[in-house]
Amino acid sequence: MTTTTTARKEPVRPISPGAARVPRRTGRIRRASLPYLLLLPALVLELLVHLVPMVIGIVMSFKELTQFYIRDWGSAPWSGLGNYRLSVDFDAPVGEALLHSFLVTVGFTLLSVVLCWLIGTAAAVFMQDTFRGRGLLRALFLVPYALPVYAAVITWVFMFQHDNGLVNHVLHDQLHLTDKPSFWLIGDNSFYALLTVSVWKGWPFAFLIVTAGLQNIPGELYEAAALDGAGVWQQLRRITLPSLRPVNQVLVLVLFLWTFNDFNTPYVLFGKSAPEPADLVSVHIYQASFVTWNFGTGSAMSVLLLLFLLVVTGGYLLLTSRGRRTTDV
Amino acid sequence: MAAPRSFVWSRRIFLTVLAGFVLVPVYVMVSSSLKPLADVTGKFRWLPSGLTVRPYIDIWSTVPLARYFVNSLIVAGAATLCSVVIAVFAAYAVSRYDFRGRRVFTLTVLSTQMFPGILFLLPLFLLYVNIGNATGVALFGSRGGLILTYLTFSLPFSVWMLIGYLDSVPRDLDEAALVDGCGPLGALLRIVVPAAIPGIVAVAVYAFMTAWGEVLFASVMTNDTTRTLAVGLQGYSTLNDVYWNQIMAASLVVSVPVVAGFLLLQRYLVAGLTAGAVK
Repeated sequence: MTTTTTARKEPVRPISPGAARVPRRTGRIRRASLPYLLLLPALVLELLVHLVPMVIGIVMSFKELTQFYIRDWGSAPWSGLGNYRLSVDFDAPVGEALLHSFLVTVGFTLLSVVLCWLIGTAAAVFMQDTFRGRGLLRALFLVPYALPVYAAVITWVFMFQHDNGLVNHVLHDQLHLTDKPSFWLIGDNSFYALLTVSVWKGWPFAFLIVTAGLQNIPGELYEAAALDGAGVWQQLRRITLPSLRPVNQVLVLVLFLWTFNDFNTPYVLFGKSAPEPADLVSVHIYQASFVTWNFGTGSAMSVLLLLFLLVVTGGYLLLTSRGRRTTDV
Repeated sequence: MAAPRSFVWSRRIFLTVLAGFVLVPVYVMVSSSLKPLADVTGKFRWLPSGLTVRPYIDIWSTVPLARYFVNSLIVAGAATLCSVVIAVFAAYAVSRYDFRGRRVFTLTVLSTQMFPGILFLLPLFLLYVNIGNATGVALFGSRGGLILTYLTFSLPFSVWMLIGYLDSVPRDLDEAALVDGCGPLGALLRIVVPAAIPGIVAVAVYAFMTAWGEVLFASVMTNDTTRTLAVGLQGYSTLNDVYWNQIMAASLVVSVPVVAGFLLLQRYLVAGLTAGAVK
């Protein structure tokens, strides 16, 4: 998934006498201001909506920002590292809850990413060859991805209802697997309910990316392997999976970041405050900021979360890019 | 060489189970939306006791669904349009020009993908309120503010994917156009954009879905008149009686446009991903 410049072998023809004198770096044209003009809208918007708010957020994390100061947040008193100290004091209730929520999120994210990747890859590999009904099945598999989050998750909420839901009807009434109907949206089961919905919603993305990745594997590789007597399982192990490595490296990272930061799914599933076993960090911070009205602490928690994600992503990129040259991201 | 039986059977079993997993909620949504209220408040029934289209009529009056629908269309449509145009320009610059800060730009844009949305929700809210107070431009609570926010959500992924896609469009094409006297923008609009349509469609689909499905910012940054479907749909479930059949009908109605559009354009999406992001 890297945009390597090595793919471009053809020499760049000079487009004007002036351009001919310019050193040809990576086969790109050098012009003074045009690229900056083209980038300007994207830059301004990213600055306005992402970077400036992020800086404000970092400033806010050092302030004692409660609802009394929300109208004029600049006048809120400084609290130094107070918010951070509160967030990481794991013996006190605030820090303990944050740590718990963080651990839940890590466990949930790892499970969800692994399951999404496994199911998505298996489906893509099984559907690599043509068979009857493949097109229809592919369309069906993309439906969970295409459905708006709230519509899909609300359907799951209905299915997880204690008295009138499908899940209890099947597990209890029809299969008699449970002694009495279970609660799914509160208590320990809520973790599995969240995981189920997350995997249901997330695996088609892996399927989509791996399907696209498979189309880049030259068919001759398989033909050559078949001539050498390799069966389908061997071809999978020797050709398909190794060829998918660069695709997988990015796919897993993207899945990880999206799942880790996902707010929509738990919010629609549980509402403003999630049950403890399924208390994901993003909802936890939302609750700390907007329900208990302590925006300073909420911001400090967000900054800590961002630092964690930066470290994990940086480490991951270093690990996966070792041994292969990447000119771009 | 034909696949061995073990492979064919593994495939059959796996795909059948998976299709079931995917289909059950879809079936629940469709069948429950056609059930009378008694069927969705009592024990779950696989088959409705009677079919009724009543929920589809009632959804429009229980909550102002039509207004939410229009709001969502305007917000998602405008965000998609702006996001795609801006992303095409940016990706063209990165793909075709060598300039100082190119790498920094791509890195910065991509890293915004990493930010937890919650980190800039409140600051953005404050920023919009302050801009509104200072300039009189109402961003908070308006559709404009939401459009502005959403278009930046899909922008990083769109730029990144389009860079890869534009890299795969032969540069001879636009260089020939430049030789023939087109300006750089002419070359972009007349040659590169038409050649990159699958990538652009893929990015547009992604941007529209992102905006149509977003919940967090929609629930904080909208008011009664600008509320989108993401928030509006919650109106059915906060009542004393939960009209599950209406919720399912409304869910179906808001899903049909995106799902239909997505399935129609999914070929482009795979083609766009193949050439763009997955290389």
